[in-house]
Parts: sequence; structure tokens; C-alpha cells
Amino acid sequence: MAVDKAHRPAVRFRLSPVILWLGVVSMATDISSESVAAILPLYITGFLGLSVIAFGIIDGINQGASALVRIAAGWASDRLGRPKPVALAGYGLSLLARVGFLFAGGFWSLAAVVTGDRIGKGIRTAPRDALISTAAQPEYLARHFGVHRMLDNIGAAAGPLIAFVTLFLIPGGYGTVFVVSLAFAAIGVAALALVVPDRRSVRSPRSSSRGREFDNQVRGRGGLLRIHWHLFRKPGLGRLLTASALLGLLTVGDGFIYLALQDRDDFAVHWFPLLYVGTNVVFLLLAIPMGRLADRYGRGKVFLAGHLALLACYCCAAVPVGGLGPTLLCLTLLGAFYAATDGVLAAFASQLTPPDLLATGIGTVQTVMALSRVASSTLFGLLWFTWGPAAAMVVVGSLLAVALPASFVILRKAERQAASA
Amino acid sequence: MIQGATGGGRLRWIVLLMVTGLVLAGAGLYAVSAFQRLQESSAAAPSVEVISEGKVLPSGSFVLFRNTAAGQGYGMAATVSSADPAGPRTMGGAFCDRVYSAGSKVICLSTNRGLLTSFEASVYAPDWKRLESWALRGIPSRTRLSGDGALVATTVFVTGHSYAGTGFSTETVIRSLDGTTPAANLEAFALLVNGQQVTAADRNIWGVTFVPSQADVFYATAASSGRHWLVRGSIANRTLTAIHDGVECPSISPDGTRIAYKKNTGAGLIPHWKAAVLDLATGTETVLGETRSIDDQIEWLDNASLLYGLPRTGEAGDSDIWRIPARAGSSPELYIEHAWSPSVAP
Repeated sequence: MAVDKAHRPAVRFRLSPVILWLGVVSMATDISSESVAAILPLYITGFLGLSVIAFGIIDGINQGASALVRIAAGWASDRLGRPKPVALAGYGLSLLARVGFLFAGGFWSLAAVVTGDRIGKGIRTAPRDALISTAAQPEYLARHFGVHRMLDNIGAAAGPLIAFVTLFLIPGGYGTVFVVSLAFAAIGVAALALVVPDRRSVRSPRSSSRGREFDNQVRGRGGLLRIHWHLFRKPGLGRLLTASALLGLLTVGDGFIYLALQDRDDFAVHWFPLLYVGTNVVFLLLAIPMGRLADRYGRGKVFLAGHLALLACYCCAAVPVGGLGPTLLCLTLLGAFYAATDGVLAAFASQLTPPDLLATGIGTVQTVMALSRVASSTLFGLLWFTWGPAAAMVVVGSLLAVALPASFVILRKAERQAASA
Repeated sequence: MIQGATGGGRLRWIVLLMVTGLVLAGAGLYAVSAFQRLQESSAAAPSVEVISEGKVLPSGSFVLFRNTAAGQGYGMAATVSSADPAGPRTMGGAFCDRVYSAGSKVICLSTNRGLLTSFEASVYAPDWKRLESWALRGIPSRTRLSGDGALVATTVFVTGHSYAGTGFSTETVIRSLDGTTPAANLEAFALLVNGQQVTAADRNIWGVTFVPSQADVFYATAASSGRHWLVRGSIANRTLTAIHDGVECPSISPDGTRIAYKKNTGAGLIPHWKAAVLDLATGTETVLGETRSIDDQIEWLDNASLLYGLPRTGEAGDSDIWRIPARAGSSPELYIEHAWSPSVAP
């Protein structure tokens, strides 16, 4: 990274309408999914009177299934050479699940609906990010991802608010929340189907020839399974995967951070439902600036800087000072972490992946990140119960402080490869 | 750049606009009609007989519950005389998701809907004057008051916010209302099973029942790794000692000799809870003749019979309270219609 100069490309930034539309699709879909997610626990326990404990188990299984589906969908999208139909299938499945919410009253029907929704999300993510990556100017890749993530998070922040306002006006009006959610899901699918063009997932003649050469090399050795292994033996992507797994293992779920904030004062208890919305607002405000920084100074650096913000957030959550200021600071740091890592990781991964394996590459990196974060939350839960919130935060924070320089070394080569690509 | 959008672009745009307009109009209409239906139903006279005067807890023996009859007063705490449970009900002064009284005071767990949906516990005097309240960390599930009104136990579902995914767990706190001891989270108590301390991270404690006229002792459910125990708790020693297997949501009889609870007899992920009674002296377990699954903390009406709530089939948000004699082979009968969360004040 030492040799990496801040480069100003000659090409001017031009926002691709495709990305704008994908952003609108994600915004509508997030309004749809987050409005239901916000009220689901209330609905299950307060209204249906179902056992939440068993529901937690189902949810855990779903997370694993969704992660595996994500790689498979990425792979299918690359095989087809057309990400849009695969993404559409994912959005469509989630739309069907929204219809299911209107009729599901029992445990199994609700579990099936939630599973369908999760799998839909798993299917759509990687091909959609491949579409973004293909449509964006390579020089401004992270900034384009930033635009998409901003729109996406407008939906994620608005969804819970819409749901709570609905329940405020119509007490017990869960049916109305489900109908509103279905409407936004339908708008998302319609916008994707009608306005986003279907295109082949190869970026430019230059990179496509590079891809074909890589392709021949891989196919020559035969066997579809081999593709994955060769992909990750490429030094850049392999390194990114290693660093993502390492850092993901030290990223505790934001639920724990909210609980730690609640643990030290009543302030956060009272404002609990808005902690998530607050984090998303920071995320959406910083998504584009972080993308610009990543394009200019290197995606690896911004990715690591995001984890530095996470480290600061752990410290902030561990300090026994409550109240408005510290709580807001924690949320700002957490939002900054997501803004600096989420879209930037997808941009970095697509930069390091040959064009015809784009969705597979992005999907795999995201899956590795997601699975290591699930593992991290499980381990962190143990620490939490053994030593209490503050001490657990300090332990994970210290490990992260050690892992950051290590990741810097690991990613340095990856960034050099990306710069020369 | 976007050839796909220009070729036949206008038609696609018109279709998209039409789809958007149609679904938003549809959802809007649905919301307006739901709003109107609710206005009509909540302005309507209660669907059960109500004594309008009162609003003070009865002086004699009574049953306090959450009224779930459609119309005015839906979700309000209400009472009926123990002598005439099917008779007219007196509406109380608070909306509660779970409510409990031991005579002198009322504990009420409620949801404050709004942009900030939050959860709250409040203590009321017999005239429904609010004495005290505090924020809860999750969705109300169970609550109990000790007989002398000095201790209150609350169990909530902490979701870690649904966004965070998997972290469904319960949080149970015992709080002293006279302010003599600080609130205690039962997860911080030492859980002892066969003399060994269980430190697994997935420990969950819920459903406290206070032992009559013993200030320090209570019973509760503890769970870890899919196993459930009846635990006997000591506030002073901060311990939970497992004394029996497979007991959920215990409730001790007024004479302190037996525990009524729900026993999971279902296979697989869906639980099927049967009502059962455990004799503390002999360890004999008696499963009662209720065939429907009970997800409630059972309440003793007297030393011979039990009360519990069951949702009404086909009517989401409505439920009834049932009574069953606490002996083998007994069968349930309807006790209070359109009601939930019973508690009995002697």
C-alpha cells in the first residue's frame, strides 16, 4: 500500500442509471423486508402467542442455508452469464414470501414463509452486486456501490418507521403492515423486471480477454468444482477471503452492541427501537463518501479503516458512561463501520475477480464474511455470559487491535494486484 | 450504456408507473379500511357485560385479568368477583399485556406503541393510581407479585432486535418494590444442577412464582441445551437449584405444597404443553386432562383448581380463561370468556 499513490482518474464520474435503478429496487425491497422484521417478534409472541425459542432455532438454520444459497446463486449467475434472471428469482421468492405472511398463522407456515424470504435474499445479493459491478465505471466502483448502499439503507431506515407508525395508528394492525410490505416488494420486483436492463456480466473487452484466458486455463483442467479452487488460489481474492474471515470472526453482531448500550443505562433502553434506525441513517449518509475515499485511496485501506471505527465502537460501548452523547457516538461509529465495509468489500471483491466469475467471487467473499460473523456472535455470546458485556467488549476489541495490522499485511498484496489490474 | 431501457422504454415506464400506483393505492385502501374498522370496533360498546361504575379493585376475593372482548376496553385490565366469574366485569384503569395482582397492588406489563415502540412495567395501587414504573428490555411474557406485594418478577423476550437475527432469549428480573434490595437479573444467579454449576451461555430463566409467606424463596424455570428444570431460587444466596426435570412456568399452590406447570409432551420443534401438577413432598407428577397445548403460566384459583388462558381458535387477539381441577382425569371448563392473564386475589 506504500506504493499506492492517490490517483485521480481522467474519466469523470457518471452515475449509471442501472445502478440508480438497482438502488431503487433495493430501497423498495428493504422497506418491505425491514418493516416486517421490525414487528415480527411482537407479532409472534404478542399476537399469535407462539413459542419464540423454537423460532430462534429455525432462524439460526436459515442463516446457514441462506449463506450457502448465496454462493450457489452467484455460481448460477456466472454460468448463465446473466445475473438479472437469477436476481429476479431471488426478489420474486421474497415477494411470494410476503404474500405468505398474509395467510400464515401457525408455527410451520410462518417458519416456511420466513425461510422463503431468507433464501430469496440469499439468492439475489451476489447477482445484484455483479450487475452493479458490471454497470459501474471501474475507476469509481466503490462510489457506485456507495450510491446503491445509500438507497438500500434509506429503505432499511424507513421500513421500521413505517411499520411502527402503522401499528400506532392501527393497534393490532399487523395485516396492514403485511399488505404495505407486499406492496413495496411488488414495486421492487416490477422495477427490476421492467427497467433494469439484462446484460451479460462481462465488463470490458480488456478484462473479458483476461477472463477468457483464465477460463480456458480452468476449464482445461476440467471439472466445474475446480473453478472455485482456482478462483481462490488467485493471490488477491485468496488474501481478501483470509482477511475477511479473520476480521469477520471479530465482528460481533450489532444486536450485542445495542444490548451493551442498554446494559449501562436506561437511556438506550428507552430508545432501543431507534438504535437500529440510527445506525442505518449514519450508514446511508456515509456510504457515498466512504466509496469515494475507497476509489481514491484504495479499497483495502478504507475496509480496514472501517474496522478501526468498529474497534472504536467497542471501546465506546465498553466505557461505563451512558447518556445521549456516548450512545450517539457508538451508533455513528457502527454506521461508519458498515459504510466503510459493506459496499467497499463488494467493490474490492469484484475488482479481484475475473469478470465471468464475478457473482461467484462476490458471493463467496460475502458468505465467508457472513458465516464468520455468525461464528463470532456465538463465541461472543459465551464471553458475554462469562465475563459480562464490558469485559467481553474489551477482549474482542483487543483481538481486533491485533488482527488489524495482520490484515493490513495480508491485504497489501491484494491491493497491489488490484491496482495493477 | 442502457440499451435495454431505451428499446421499448416508454411502455416499460408506463407499466412500472401503473404497477406502482396500483399497489400503493391498494395498500392505502386496505390501511384506511383497517383503520375505519378499528375505529368502529373500539368505539362500539363492549361485547360483554360491564359494570360501568367502580374502577377500584373489589374489596372481596376477585380475579384480575386482561379483557380481550372486542369494543371499548379491549386490552384493559378488568376484574370479576370470584363468586360470579361469568358475571359482569369491572374495567380497571390501565391497558396491560400481562397483569397480576396479589390483592394490595397490581403489576401491569404494557407495550407503548409509537414511532418508538417500547415496553414498560407499572405498579398500581387498588384505586389504579400509578405508584411506580420502569422500562422493560423486551416483549412482556410473564409477571408475578409476592403475596405481601414486596417483590415483583418480570419475564420479557429480549429479541436483540429482530434485525440481529438469532438472539431470542428471555430476561427475568426480580425487583423489590420497597427499594430495600436492587433489582436482580436471574441470569446472574448461580444455576446448580446435581451440585454442578451450569455456566453454558444459552442459560435462560423464566416464569417466577413466589412461595407464600417465605420472603427469600421462589421457583422458576431454567433451561440450557434444550433441557428444562424446575429450580428453587434463593434471593439472598443468589442461587438457582434444580429440583425436577421438564417443568416450565411453575406456579405454586396457595398452601405451598404443589407446583402446577406446563409440561412439554410434543416431539420435534413444536412444543405441545400439557398442564401438570407436581407434589413437592413426594415428587409425584400428575398430568391433567387438557388436550389443547397451554402456553401460559398457570394460576391457582384455590387449593383444588387451576386457571389458564387459551387463544380462541380463528379469532387472533382474543382468548378465554379456563378452569381445571388439579387432579388426574379432570377436564377443563370455560371460566371467563374473552380474557387473558388471570390472577386470583384471595
